[in-house]
Amino acid sequence: MSNKKHGKLRLLLDLYFTFFKIGSMTFGGGYAMLPLLNAEVVEKKKWANEEQILDYYAIGQCTPGIIAVNTSTFVGYNHAGILGGIIATLGFISPSIIIILLIASVLDQVSHISEVKHAFAGVRIAVTALIFSTVFKLIKNNVNTILKVIIAIISFLAIVMFDISPIVISVAAAIVGILFLKEDNKNA
Amino acid sequence: MRDLFLLCFEYLKTGLFAIGGGLATLPFLVQMSNNYPHWFTLEQLADMIAISESTPGAIGINMSTYVGYNTYGILGGILASISLTIPSIVIIIIIAKLMNKFNDNPYIQNSLKGLRPAVTGLIASAGFTVLKLCVYDNINNTIKILPSALIVIFFILTQAKPTKKIHPILFIIAGAICGIVFKL
Repeated sequence: MSNKKHGKLRLLLDLYFTFFKIGSMTFGGGYAMLPLLNAEVVEKKKWANEEQILDYYAIGQCTPGIIAVNTSTFVGYNHAGILGGIIATLGFISPSIIIILLIASVLDQVSHISEVKHAFAGVRIAVTALIFSTVFKLIKNNVNTILKVIIAIISFLAIVMFDISPIVISVAAAIVGILFLKEDNKNA
Repeated sequence: MRDLFLLCFEYLKTGLFAIGGGLATLPFLVQMSNNYPHWFTLEQLADMIAISESTPGAIGINMSTYVGYNTYGILGGILASISLTIPSIVIIIIIAKLMNKFNDNPYIQNSLKGLRPAVTGLIASAGFTVLKLCVYDNINNTIKILPSALIVIFFILTQAKPTKKIHPILFIIAGAICGIVFKL
């Protein structure tokens, strides 16, 4: 009995540190996490196979929350139950919290220097371009019928011109999907 | 204390309704900045995106830590990030249990087909907000030419397909260098 408990504790620690490692090596969004998941979770630990990881991704992508967190929870839960899901997620977010808190505390002291201000103005420009490249990719992958183009444009205008809550927009889009995007299934 | 409570509440809400990658939390953060101007400004938000993109970890978690820290110090940073993950953990555990049913349900599949283009529009609106900050000169009511040109060049580079995809960090570094060189 105590042996079993000991094994469970070791498994949870293993989950925590594996996801800590993944979190500390993922730069950017959830997609950047995929090669690391394959290397650590599939090949090294054998906690899931490649297909399962893709399923977790697909579900993580279209359920509430950040893809990387959803995927961490999925792997952790399937391997060590509810506690496993929580521990894997905490492992994944720990490096972010530590690194960002360090940077944020330093940034307050240097943010008045003019070079730093210029640098950030330039960085904002790069970020704008990166956001639009993400949008462009999303349009190519998901906005492929007239109705979907209309949904995308209305969502954009609703928030830019009328400041409508993203929650309202999301719920409305889901309803439109259920009512009007049925016939797509046959083609898929 | 009231701010800390509101911050956790706002992040629980964001975690429950932001769907997709880290940038999906962006429209919620723009709204937060509008509703609670003393938490962080839109300029600070743009800086947060830059730092979150160029440091390890998922962008959404990095941003929640940053926003939380700016609003309520270290405790704010930790609790904002944990709040953001709580809805995910609960929902994914439920879904993991029901996974087979969920995969085949046509209502879920169809609602997702409507959601994805909407999310695209929402992220575009966040991009538009940052774009305005970069190129609009609100003193002279004009469009700044140099930043506009740089955005176009950077965007074209993101679409270029060399043998290996250019890492976002390289864009961030190039942006910082341009900023210092051109005194943006």
